[in-house]
Amino acid sequence: MRLEARSHVGPHLLLISGLTSFAAVMLIAALLVAAAGAPVAQTFALLMQGAFGSVFAWSETLTRSIPLMLTGLAATVAFKARLFNIGGEGQLYGGALAAVAVGGLHDGVGLATPGPLLFTAMMLAAMLAGALLLLGPALMKLRFGVDEVVSTLLLNFIVLLGVGAMLDGAMKDQLAMGWPQSVALQSELELAKLVEKTRVHTGLLWSMGAALLLWVIMRFTTLGFDIRALGANSRAAAFAGVPVTRTVVLVALLSGGLAGLAGAIEVAGRTSYVTLDMSPGYGYSGIVIAMLAGLHPLAVVGSSVLVAGVLVGADSMSRQIGVPSYLADAVVASALLVVLVAAMLTRYRVRFEVRASA
Amino acid sequence: MTDSAWAERRAAPKPAHVPSGDRPTYSSGEGLHTTVLRMQGITKRFGDLVANNNISLELNSGEVLALLGENGAGKSTLMSILFGHYSADEGHVEVFGKPLPPGDTRAALAAGIGMVHQHFTLADNLSVLDNVMLGSESLMRLKSARAEALTRLQEVAQRSGLPVNPQALVGNLSVGERQRVEILKALYRGARILVLDEPTAVLTPQEADSLFVTLRQLVAQGMAVIFISHKLHEVMAISHRVLVLRGGTVVAQANTADTDKAELARWMVGQSVVSLQREAVVLKPDAPLRLSLKSVNVSDGHAALRELNLDLRAGEIVGIAGVSGNGQTLLADLLFGLLPAKGGTLQVDGQPLATTPARIVAQGLARIPEDRQAVGIVGDLPVWENACAEGLRTPVFSRWGWIRRRAARAYADTVLQTFDVRGASLDRRTRALSGGNMQKLILGRVLRRPGGASAGVIIAHQPTWGLDIGAVNFVHAQLRAARDAGAAVLLISDDLDEIELLADRIAVMHHGQLSAALPSGDWNRERLGLAMAGATHAA
Repeated sequence: MRLEARSHVGPHLLLISGLTSFAAVMLIAALLVAAAGAPVAQTFALLMQGAFGSVFAWSETLTRSIPLMLTGLAATVAFKARLFNIGGEGQLYGGALAAVAVGGLHDGVGLATPGPLLFTAMMLAAMLAGALLLLGPALMKLRFGVDEVVSTLLLNFIVLLGVGAMLDGAMKDQLAMGWPQSVALQSELELAKLVEKTRVHTGLLWSMGAALLLWVIMRFTTLGFDIRALGANSRAAAFAGVPVTRTVVLVALLSGGLAGLAGAIEVAGRTSYVTLDMSPGYGYSGIVIAMLAGLHPLAVVGSSVLVAGVLVGADSMSRQIGVPSYLADAVVASALLVVLVAAMLTRYRVRFEVRASA
Repeated sequence: MTDSAWAERRAAPKPAHVPSGDRPTYSSGEGLHTTVLRMQGITKRFGDLVANNNISLELNSGEVLALLGENGAGKSTLMSILFGHYSADEGHVEVFGKPLPPGDTRAALAAGIGMVHQHFTLADNLSVLDNVMLGSESLMRLKSARAEALTRLQEVAQRSGLPVNPQALVGNLSVGERQRVEILKALYRGARILVLDEPTAVLTPQEADSLFVTLRQLVAQGMAVIFISHKLHEVMAISHRVLVLRGGTVVAQANTADTDKAELARWMVGQSVVSLQREAVVLKPDAPLRLSLKSVNVSDGHAALRELNLDLRAGEIVGIAGVSGNGQTLLADLLFGLLPAKGGTLQVDGQPLATTPARIVAQGLARIPEDRQAVGIVGDLPVWENACAEGLRTPVFSRWGWIRRRAARAYADTVLQTFDVRGASLDRRTRALSGGNMQKLILGRVLRRPGGASAGVIIAHQPTWGLDIGAVNFVHAQLRAARDAGAAVLLISDDLDEIELLADRIAVMHHGQLSAALPSGDWNRERLGLAMAGATHAA
């Protein structure tokens, strides 16, 4: 058995691959639900309803999709250049901390700078924090060949411990009855709600704007060309004159900055302070979302809403029917695997060879 | 192939073995001179490329057969067929009188064929003993028979004169020692035919000498060895017979004692095709100097170029000939901006040569890399982006970092039209183009520069490697036309036919050193062959 590259991939093949992938994921999910001893059809129905079945469900799904979209974009730009940034989680927390450091209340008093300026400073600080967290691993990769998968992954734990220390120390909210949470943001820095009486906030526009901006960069600028060329064939890119070091550094700043922005927007739009459980792995889910989107910035918008829907829907379903909400993680994970296999099968053809004996 | 003497050589039937009158000392073991391996009429095609064309060879016990040929001559394909990595389209293989089932590596191993690859297949974190045992133990056995294996390994090591410490970690061994382990591994599995693929490429001269001692000892005991190489002095030193491949066909075979380096070099690189297309060479010693190298040294950590001198003038093609692996790649990488010089002066039109690809392009150098798929183009990007890749940062194609899409696509379209790139639309993935069309695309982007400027200096490294005749002629015509339009062309090629056909002056590279570039009329095949084989420069 071996793989052979297909010379041409037609649209019908892509359609078939998409439909088969969807069917395969549904089948796997159905098996899991059945194994949990719940009625399959009803479980699915409840999940869909909980994700997209009402205005409230939609609002929750969209709220959840905001940080996922940004971490998804962070992974997209990095992976496109073959800079494997697994540190989105740490960069998100770094951004959240930086946001509170700039825009938080200290002893009940905020900085006296006018609002818009402070808001800009807060967002920039968050992006800078995320960017710097990825810059180190990127430079180590360029200079010494240190594997960025390892360095960025390990940095996540360091950052989380650092956040823990801050929440119990310099940034501790003295009024939180001993809960490890940071001081709150000045209320004027919080993002407005998009829809009354829901939690959807203007961060959704920010993240969709970021997706559009990244798409424009990738498609219409020399930097975008450099990133794509470097990721697709680094030797040929260097030969053609792509400035390798500069491009990798810019990618690191962009990717880390987007993940840091996710943290700041989550704080400004939803929590208003930092806790150690503010992200249930948004940084890691961003990688899944980027892969599901085929590393296309605009597709990240869709795939993050989809994944957010599965997560939110599973929570709601689990409350009603008792199937553990871990089902959502299993569905997302199997979707990733199925999509990766499908992508391989659309690019290659599997050939079984019968050995002719002499 | 028009040369008659040559054809005669090829057609001459090979006696099963040669009376060993003047070939002393290898005739002592048992099973003397029986034919152990017979490959007959082997043909293997990859698409349009015929990698092996009706190749036959015989191997006797107690002899070393050298398989000589340039890169791409078909040596590796032939051995892969022998070892079962590929199955041949035609022909069959017999080992010890029994047919070998095609495409079956296990059968090849069981039949007693051992292969030592150029890149070792050892696990660094395991001991020598573990490495040797790896794969030869049945998975059904619950207990690993280390004690037995150790005894057997020591016995094999002693018999073959290959001392090793079985407990040593492979990661701690030198390259020469690792190769010894590879050979032992083959012997441990009962190999009676040993295939060594470019075994000395990774060795120091001393290690190579010690390998030769080992090989002589092994053949004295009746082992049959196939020694793959393109280094002539090694072939002369170790082999009893030589089989020369070129372009997938056997072009000659001979007893090593009856031939010499110069003849081997000639066979290996081939005879001139009819030189009809060769117009009179007009030397222009007064033409402006475009590219000049003075006492340039380069090193990439493995190989090095020493004290290179070269002048390239407008309106001439200078060919760099040489057996591949003698430093041509270093020279190309240096001029492409991929490798910095370590001393010496390099000048383009009187200015120092820049040190990055982007700046070198800006200086007007047209660069045609050897490996178009891996270096020349980014296969996953569309055709138009590859066409503009080198000039994308110039004001013609971008402003403030924004790509001027319309200008870029219009330029790419001109390149496709002018250079007759077929099967390409602007948005098609470049990977989908054939090799010839890829090369046309690369030629187009360097020769027809955006803004209409023509290339001043062209560096072409193996520009026709792997192309079909039509594409080869196209490339040649383009290089000639550029030369006639006043460009200075440096043609680095392993293909002597190409060099003789195109070059006005020729220099030969051997072991990191470059001979003087003499007018091509001053050279003939004999002298080129000698210079390529490293004999004192025939200048």
